[in-house]
Amino acid sequence: MKRSKLWDAVFLAPCLIALTMIVLIPFVQGINFSLTDWNGINSVINYVGFNNYKDMFQSVEFGYSFVITVVYTVINVILVNIVAFLLALLVTSKVRGKNFYRAAFFVPNLIGGIVLGYTWQFMFNDFFTSIGKILGVGWMSKSMIANKDLVIFAMSVVNTWQYAGYIMLIFVAGIQATSQEVMEAATVDGANYYQRVRKILIPMIANAFTISLFLTITNSFKCFDLNVALTNGGPSMRYMGKVVKSSQLLALTIYNKSITSKELAKGQAMSVIFFLMLVVFSLIQVYFSKKKEVEA
Amino acid sequence: MADALHLDAVGQKNQHSKAKRIALEILAIVLVLVVLSPFVIVLFNSSKTFDHITRDPLSPPSDWSNLGANISAVMNDPTTDFLGAFKDSVIITVISLVVIIIFSAMAAWVLVRNRSRFTNFTFMLFVAAMVIPFQVVMYPLVYFLKAIGDTLGIKMLATYHGIAFAYLGFGCSLSIFIFHGFIKGIPLALEESAFIDGCSQPGVFFKIILPLLTPTITTVAILNGIWIWNDYLLPLLVLGGNGEIQTIPLAVTAFAGAYVKQWNLIMTSALLAMIPIVVMFIFAQKYIIRGMVEGAVK
Repeated sequence: MKRSKLWDAVFLAPCLIALTMIVLIPFVQGINFSLTDWNGINSVINYVGFNNYKDMFQSVEFGYSFVITVVYTVINVILVNIVAFLLALLVTSKVRGKNFYRAAFFVPNLIGGIVLGYTWQFMFNDFFTSIGKILGVGWMSKSMIANKDLVIFAMSVVNTWQYAGYIMLIFVAGIQATSQEVMEAATVDGANYYQRVRKILIPMIANAFTISLFLTITNSFKCFDLNVALTNGGPSMRYMGKVVKSSQLLALTIYNKSITSKELAKGQAMSVIFFLMLVVFSLIQVYFSKKKEVEA
Repeated sequence: MADALHLDAVGQKNQHSKAKRIALEILAIVLVLVVLSPFVIVLFNSSKTFDHITRDPLSPPSDWSNLGANISAVMNDPTTDFLGAFKDSVIITVISLVVIIIFSAMAAWVLVRNRSRFTNFTFMLFVAAMVIPFQVVMYPLVYFLKAIGDTLGIKMLATYHGIAFAYLGFGCSLSIFIFHGFIKGIPLALEESAFIDGCSQPGVFFKIILPLLTPTITTVAILNGIWIWNDYLLPLLVLGGNGEIQTIPLAVTAFAGAYVKQWNLIMTSALLAMIPIVVMFIFAQKYIIRGMVEGAVK
């Protein structure tokens, strides 16, 4: 017996068919819909060229959502990576029971965004405000997620709480792969702890930083579940003369546009731009990891 | 386990380094308490009456028997079938994982062993498809699945096989990528000798390749399992928000929507949603942690 082309085709078919039917055909169809005026229900579909894209770039709602998604992503990238790196230093130090700490810090990552969203809605609306009232602290007595200036930061806190334990594991894997002798040699040469981390450890785990950076960027950029359950976009605010939802990130804006408010074609146009942004992130990531491979 | 970092400088007094270690341990324990406190708060507030939680969300419950009462209130709720959602979540996750693991491993094996222009292109296609966000395909997908039901008579919306097929479509890319990396390292001689001994191609795959893949299968199962178990938007669109088949995230959302402000019951539903996956983690943490790291680093 030997390999046959027929069996190869049979083995490849299920995934290829599933990918084509579930992702590729709907993807092409999605781009196609973005060039129409279809609302998702009508039986008449007219092609309108790039009108939806033109409208979108003039839309305050989309503009605001884009800005706030970028802000959310930047805050997350900074918070998650710093917290995760410090946790990684802690759980690779000489403390006893490292595995327990690693597991405990990772636990929030197991729970889905929906369940966490409701849990933290209670924390922000009832729990923290009760503490604020008891302590008599004014800003703490009001819910952070009902405040248009704090809501994005509140979401980042939840995201960091959930995600830092996961990114920590990536740093831990990086730290464990570095050679201990270099660090010891630096100690003998009189480098202090801060110098060893800054000049030796961080450069040695640069690859872990690249991975973590891009994971955090795409994770924040695509955030949906947590957004729905924690704030559902609220509270409303004025932005450039229009009423917008202060914490409505891009994924939720697209969902509300195409499904809730039945402007499918406009929502599809937004999603195509959303896709192109993610393509750019991926290409930058591929560029950086290729560069690393050459250097290594 | 080898530690890369030594917090104590060589030559420092033992006493000094011990004090430092204990300080770090105290810090670690405080941080663990902070990170896990939301879970404790959920448990506490699941054990309160509506009256108590509104008056005082901070303190521990006065009467733990409320926990049982709240659990039975959530379980017996007429609008959401929590036990049914749990059963459906288990069925959907298990079927999807079996399908993803077997079919992705089969595809990856062919893509590694049969190198041609076509297979290289196919592999690139699977990898490239990972960039496509769900938002672009969500509506056209539902439209297309509905059309399959209407024209071919195969009902894809609100069925177990429909959602499992959708998960295969979205999950196979990463899974094939991970299997591909591992299968490359399996010596060709193993399967060649089996072929010479008269083994058929499916025989070689199921008797030789699949058993060798066990560690990678764990990784693939964990990455996909956590995603599918917690996923919200795909089930919402494919199963419908109040359809016959429900998953746990859908049930929690429906419940929170129906019992606005009844935080004691919403917290209980969140608690019930958390328990299965946390229990699973306690038993399989070594595999889960390894799987999550491998999935990210590859």
